[in-house]
Amino acid sequence: MSEANNLAEVEVEGEQKQVANAVQFLSFILGKEQYAVDILRVQEIRSWEPISRIPNVPSYEKGVVNLRGAIVPVIDLRDKFNLGHAEYTPMTVVVILQTEINGKNRIMGVVVDAVSNVIDIDKTTIQSPPEFGTKVSTEYINGLAAVDEQMVMLLDVDKLLKLDDVDDEDEN
Amino acid sequence: MSIDMAQFHQVFFEESFEGLDAMESGLLNLDMGDVDKEEINTIFRAAHSIKGGSGTFGFTSVSDFTHVMETLLDEMRDGRRQITQTALDVLLGSVDCLREMLTAIQEGDEVNESKVAEHKQALDKELNGESTEVPQIENIAQSIDTIESSKAANEGSSQAGWHIVFSPHAHLLKTGNDPVRMFRELKELGELTAIVDLQGVPGLYDLDPEDCHLSWDLKIEGDISREEIDDIFDWVEDDCDMAIQTLTNGVTTSQHPTNDVAPNQINSAANSEQPAESNDVKPEKISSVQAVNQSAKPKAEKKEAKPKGSSSIRVDTAKIDTLINMVGELVITQSMLSLVGEDFSPHKLEQLKNGITQLGRNTRELQESVMNIRMLPISFVFSRFPRLVHDLSTKLNKKIELKLSGENTEVDKTVVELISDPLVHLVRNSLDHGIEMPEDRVAAGKPETGTVNLNAYHRGGNIVIEVVDDGKGLNKEVLRAKAIEKGLIEEDAILTDKQTYELIFHAGFSTAEKLTDVSGRGVGMDVVRKNIQSLGGNIEIESELGKGSTIAIHLPLTLAILDGQSVAVGDETYIVPLVSIIETLNIDESMVNRVAGKGETFRLRDEYLPIVRMHEIFSVETAKATRLTEGLLVVVEGQGMRCGLFVDDLLGQQQVVIKSLEANYRRVEGISGATILGDGSVALILDIPGLVRLSNL
Repeated sequence: MSEANNLAEVEVEGEQKQVANAVQFLSFILGKEQYAVDILRVQEIRSWEPISRIPNVPSYEKGVVNLRGAIVPVIDLRDKFNLGHAEYTPMTVVVILQTEINGKNRIMGVVVDAVSNVIDIDKTTIQSPPEFGTKVSTEYINGLAAVDEQMVMLLDVDKLLKLDDVDDEDEN
Repeated sequence: MSIDMAQFHQVFFEESFEGLDAMESGLLNLDMGDVDKEEINTIFRAAHSIKGGSGTFGFTSVSDFTHVMETLLDEMRDGRRQITQTALDVLLGSVDCLREMLTAIQEGDEVNESKVAEHKQALDKELNGESTEVPQIENIAQSIDTIESSKAANEGSSQAGWHIVFSPHAHLLKTGNDPVRMFRELKELGELTAIVDLQGVPGLYDLDPEDCHLSWDLKIEGDISREEIDDIFDWVEDDCDMAIQTLTNGVTTSQHPTNDVAPNQINSAANSEQPAESNDVKPEKISSVQAVNQSAKPKAEKKEAKPKGSSSIRVDTAKIDTLINMVGELVITQSMLSLVGEDFSPHKLEQLKNGITQLGRNTRELQESVMNIRMLPISFVFSRFPRLVHDLSTKLNKKIELKLSGENTEVDKTVVELISDPLVHLVRNSLDHGIEMPEDRVAAGKPETGTVNLNAYHRGGNIVIEVVDDGKGLNKEVLRAKAIEKGLIEEDAILTDKQTYELIFHAGFSTAEKLTDVSGRGVGMDVVRKNIQSLGGNIEIESELGKGSTIAIHLPLTLAILDGQSVAVGDETYIVPLVSIIETLNIDESMVNRVAGKGETFRLRDEYLPIVRMHEIFSVETAKATRLTEGLLVVVEGQGMRCGLFVDDLLGQQQVVIKSLEANYRRVEGISGATILGDGSVALILDIPGLVRLSNL
């Protein structure tokens, strides 16, 4: 409903501005927090399905699944953000995101607790993330936005999907 | 009616490059003392096809250039010209030049005109300057001819043009020749009047639209030589009835202005069989005329030239036929199965089972033959080496003989494309660093001429490509000293021979005393290894000081599908490539020895092999077998290393389609790829050399 309010407000200010500044995000829940990603980066949303584990990789890289013949890695965002582990249930959702790394298109899944909404956010209202010091990494957060009195953290998909390359030593 | 010619360009370029390769290998094979007529014919035919094709597509610069080559080759073919080394070198250079021109046109780039002109001049010089006696006599005869005809021209009853009665055979169109195109070419030579004879056209019901029923009565006016006419009809000579006569009277009006050209023409005919369109004597001027032609052309063509994005493949018709047969069988099986399924009752179970077995077989065969389409003989790669060796050995002043074997070994198209650069690098290395100077060889008691062998063969599920030379071999001491100097190894490091040779794969590692432009900069070997590894292969070096070295590249037979053995480790499934499995055995603790209290080894016949516990290195918590007696040991071999993989159980053998992990993810040590199992889940394919490395950490 607040979106509607939001939209209405924007519309009062003029249609031009809405077209120029509104960006759509897909918001989802991790624990008690709201996160969102640029909706143009979302390829599809799937329910949780068993994953084939990959040995000797960071624990948040859960493994790979078969997405219509393509091998797609799945990352657990709770693990990655140190939000504690949650049991995977049939309600658990995998959001398939697209990114471009070194000129190559990649798709990857991220495990989230649930997707909540598609939200319109006025670009001008996005705040830059505060510095939390060293305790919480804010490197994946692009900005903060207030939706329905609640803070939503906007994630940078490219940084999120960049894998820490553990296999740099490919020569013996 | 205009057809978009651009769609045929790709085919033309492919054929031309093939032709160029044929010319190149032909020229290299030519033996000056004992000339093989057939060989020259092959070269000539290739040049002729390129000329014809480029003419059709309007690449005049190419066709003009080829024409000069062709003239030279023609004289050689008829024995009118001695084949000399310089002539061969000029021709080889022209082949290169032509290749560059074609590449430039294909990619829509500017043709390097000055270079073309330079080569053309060299060809002209070869044609004119050093013509032997025989052609001179003929030239005189020719000039007399021309003088007579020009005298005739002055008298008013000149050769004003040609009258051609051209009646093609019915199948002319099927040979790919288009009369309209030829007329267009004729028109460029002079005023053309064509009268079509419709008498041969049958009634509508009898008409076969693919046949040519027409014949023509052509009159072409202008001062045109017989050769020019012949050139145009060259391709259809055997497919038509044709009569060519000179036009002698009645049309002389157009003749007079060309009178002043006639003396020039005498010269040009006397000196050479120049491209007819340039009736000039001086080679410099010809090349400048050509240059103008060329500068105009590529620009015009630039727009339509596309980047060569799509790649195509030429497939043996036999392979396609097999494929069609298989599909036929598949359709039969399918109809049989649907018949069984129509009113199914339990007593038809046997029939159903048979059908499914047959379907399985069909699928497998079909899959094999589809994969087979991607296979090309390795000669596609090897064919460039005779030239490379020829050029390099001249440059290095070494005597080197190249021997090829197993050129017909078939490898995947991707391999053909990606292996060629690494292979060039290895061969260059062998020539530059491996083979010694002739005097050094004699001093070392070896034959003066060094030998480089390029071998390709199948071994197991692998293709092996070897570069073998009988040169000086790798000096372990020098390698070691160099590695210590570069800080790659500790001074007291103990290295096996193999490890020592592997040092050359490090970036920036070169033992050459001086840099040459051939090799020695120390870049390359690391790239070579990376390329080969990216193909899923590996590279091995063997060498004996003073005797020579062997560099062997092992590549998987096909890159997309492999026979795999599924193994269970806990509740996870892994695929072991079947080709790397030697045997599987039960083992008990008594057979196990511990090295330094940690590494486990077991004795297999007279070899001690390390045991790699899969559940440990992959940290599988659900593993059922933790004691050696509870599981199975799969003895595998990879990159010359053997080890025993300890797994819970064997599951089954199946063909798996290899999917890249790197496409969306990254390279994982010990894993070469992934595949999708029958139930839709993902299983990882083990990389044996990687596993061995992993377990050694």
